[in-house]
Amino acid sequence: MEALEEFAKTLPKVTFVQRNLYTCSETGINEIKKGIEEQHLNRVVVASCTPRTHEPLFRSSCAEAGMNPYLFEMANIRDQCSWVHMQQKEAGTEKAKDLIRMGVAKAALLEPKEPIMSDVCPRGLVMGGGIAGMGAALSLANRGYEVVLVERQEKLGGMLNRLHKLGPGMASAEAFVLEKIRAVNNHPKITVFTKADIQRVEGFIGKYKVDIETETGVKNVDIGVIVVATGATLYVPTDRYGYDGKRVITQLEMEDLLKKGLDPGIKNVVMIQCVGSRNEERPYCSRICCQTAVKNAMLIRGALPAAQVSILYRDMQMYGVENEEMFRDSKAKGVRYINYDPASPPEVGPEGVKVHHALLGRDMDLPADLIVLSTPLVSNEDAHETSQLLRVPVDDNGFFLEAHVKLRPLDFATDGVFLCGSARFPANVRETVAQGLGAASRASIPLSQGSVVVEPVISVLANEDACRGCGLCVALCPYGALEIQDTEKGRKVHVIDVACKGCGVCAATCYQHALTINSFTDEQLTAELDAYLGG
Amino acid sequence: MLDVGRHPNIDLLTYSEVEKVEGKAGAFRVTVRKKARYVEADKCTGCGACSETCPTIVPDAYEEGLGTRKAIYPLFAQGIPSTRTIDPDYCRQLNGKKCGICAKTCQADAINFDQKDQMLDLEVASIIVAVGYDVFDPSRIPEYRYQELPNVVTAIQFERLLSASGPTGGHVDRPSDLAVEADIKELEKKEKKSAKALARFEEKHGEASEPFYNKFKTGAYDDEDHKKWAEKYEAHLAILEPLEEMKKRAESFAPARKLAFIQCVGSRDFRFYPFCSGYCCMHSIKEAIIANEHEPETTSTIFGMDIRAVGKGFEEYKIRGGNKSGITYVRGRVAEITAGPNHNPVVIYEDTKERKVKAEEFEMVILATACAPSNGIIDLSSLIGFELDDYHFVKTSPLSPVDTTVPGIFVCGCAESPMDVPESVAQASSAAERAAETAFQEDREKEKAVA
Repeated sequence: MEALEEFAKTLPKVTFVQRNLYTCSETGINEIKKGIEEQHLNRVVVASCTPRTHEPLFRSSCAEAGMNPYLFEMANIRDQCSWVHMQQKEAGTEKAKDLIRMGVAKAALLEPKEPIMSDVCPRGLVMGGGIAGMGAALSLANRGYEVVLVERQEKLGGMLNRLHKLGPGMASAEAFVLEKIRAVNNHPKITVFTKADIQRVEGFIGKYKVDIETETGVKNVDIGVIVVATGATLYVPTDRYGYDGKRVITQLEMEDLLKKGLDPGIKNVVMIQCVGSRNEERPYCSRICCQTAVKNAMLIRGALPAAQVSILYRDMQMYGVENEEMFRDSKAKGVRYINYDPASPPEVGPEGVKVHHALLGRDMDLPADLIVLSTPLVSNEDAHETSQLLRVPVDDNGFFLEAHVKLRPLDFATDGVFLCGSARFPANVRETVAQGLGAASRASIPLSQGSVVVEPVISVLANEDACRGCGLCVALCPYGALEIQDTEKGRKVHVIDVACKGCGVCAATCYQHALTINSFTDEQLTAELDAYLGG
Repeated sequence: MLDVGRHPNIDLLTYSEVEKVEGKAGAFRVTVRKKARYVEADKCTGCGACSETCPTIVPDAYEEGLGTRKAIYPLFAQGIPSTRTIDPDYCRQLNGKKCGICAKTCQADAINFDQKDQMLDLEVASIIVAVGYDVFDPSRIPEYRYQELPNVVTAIQFERLLSASGPTGGHVDRPSDLAVEADIKELEKKEKKSAKALARFEEKHGEASEPFYNKFKTGAYDDEDHKKWAEKYEAHLAILEPLEEMKKRAESFAPARKLAFIQCVGSRDFRFYPFCSGYCCMHSIKEAIIANEHEPETTSTIFGMDIRAVGKGFEEYKIRGGNKSGITYVRGRVAEITAGPNHNPVVIYEDTKERKVKAEEFEMVILATACAPSNGIIDLSSLIGFELDDYHFVKTSPLSPVDTTVPGIFVCGCAESPMDVPESVAQASSAAERAAETAFQEDREKEKAVA
């Protein structure tokens, strides 16, 4: 460290060097401020850890001392040096000197910049009027924001309209959904469009312009944030297990039957799990089908105590507390469970179902009057269209892809758009209601702040004349932050400041060097390289 | 964590407990006890010099007993706030003995042995309970021999072994081997002391210990001084012999490469918790995959009833583990774990697909322990008034999943019921939304009242 301190003093333009044990501590911060004030510094380089930890802190400290925060640079001699060269102290120290020399060379060329502010229209758009969408809409409206709720079907309610009872407490789906619909329709802040479709979404976070095709014409609304709650579709297995929609049916059709009332003549019901899922075609487990089957099996046993109900499964996915309890109850109520191996799946015939019981090791012939196939939820047919409309990604299975599967499950990487419910991945009612609340919470952040502030370390059209309007950068931008516009000088790229993350893909791609990134300009990066090579 | 620590709207009170809650939704009055750390957090720079000089070594609960810490310590290296705490159970100074070395070492003058607990009164519109869960203690299952067999560990202990910042730097070292290495260190210390004592005799008498001792055995000396030397030499040999033997054994020590993961330890069990803990199938798969990344020859067998990979991307991950990371899934609940040769645990189970009872030897067994309701949740629920369910998780309804039975008080995460990270993160936003709605409605009421 001493060597680095001495070295730093020898660098051109460096007028003040200080060594601290913990620059990020209160004492360290004060040293930075004191240095700026007393030494009349107009650039500061901190050689320490990664910018990810404390760059914002150091930048604000510079600002507090009266120096533009974007005249500050960090040389990462920890993560990028001492941590990865722990056994090579001498070579590591030489590398640290290089990093510091490079940092100083770049800092000399930094220019003052101001953060960019953009207003947020205090109105949310919720796409989808099922439980997730209605929940998100109600939450935002209860917080005082205007909400536009767009539903494709003639009525609100989504998949819940087709359900009979909700496990595990067997609450009435109809009562619950009607209550939500009433609340949504009565809420003064929510405008509902049913039998409506989103035609076009232009703009960016805080300033979306949305065209909605409704029964009474196209409506144009200004929107601040968008919540995607478009749900999913049940896969109908027309090509397997003799599905006919009458004797061999899906679980949703089972819900219809339960609503109407079961035919008392039914003596044997066989349910088959994992039909069309957990296979090559669709590798995922659809999460909710086991609990749905168990719930329906219990309802059948309750209505027809003489009926035999068997569930043929690979794994009973009764995760958590409530589901496992329902599973136990179902066994007490006489539901029978038969394990099958995917290598020898059940066979459906006119009399019943043949299955090889994997745990007993023998074949069984199960008579069946009714065969219920538990199929997965799959992404809506138009998920890809929606993804293009909003410039948000979908995953391999067609479900919308969130910003981070673990830590940001309800956000998209694109700012201003949020996600909840089965549009993201199959979810039961409890989980969907929670996600609706959660997405509203996330969406309310820009709404409540009233504006978005963006760091000026973003893409900028440094050389307008050089831009040919080829659109290569637009195609590559992961955040939808670039667009081609017609100007007096012809087609030129335009940077949507607020959406840009400064990732640099556009500037790196532009073969005309028309685009560059503030604080990472060609001149600044070249100076760094020269400093490295020249030293 | 850093975001929470820096956020201008968040007042972070760590090492604190809620002692009283009064009022109602929109206007709660909460009394919080901020426990004394004996360190002034606003002076402390987190430099760590105090921990280095503290003479008191204590088993580290954070490392699940696999490592040690000092009486003055950070809970873990990256903790927020990055300050230290003195453990009053172990600190010499706080227990009436003379010490205070940390205070003398601290350049920021941050140590304060006279610090007292602080009582704070807060006025809040809503409350969120996010007290998490506790790990089930597998010594309650005697047939798994958790305390007896050193190489049977819990999942959380295994996580510490896998962690690059853990007690073994990320190597899956067997606890039986670690114990020998610890013994070696102890004996090496004793050996050093003993060698020093011998050196004193050797200098005094101008000859080496071994030839002296051979002469002594023939009866060449009978004075006290030489007798003492001889005794010291014998004692030295008594240290050297086992030390050499242990060192030789330690040469062949290697990380555990044949792992067994046992699911549903305490879960789905009528004796303990009948429910499913939701995330343990996935963390066993993850741990097996990471162990294999670290040591490519590692194979893992996961013994479970149903392998519940129900989250987004989870089933694909489970299959990848089987195809690329040496994982074999066995459908069978483990009946017993016995001692095998060389401290290898032997797992006795029924392979239900083959209908055979088998016994298989492994180098390490990892118990996927149940997610137990948080210790103290019963007291907390009596204090604040929200109801618990039969298993002592916070009671909610499927149609209002983050509302407790007390209006204005919400819950998220494992305090509500076992759940994994994505679900906890999502639920945290859900609870925040409900809490915000309550605060908003309270503001509206106030406005109406004034208008």
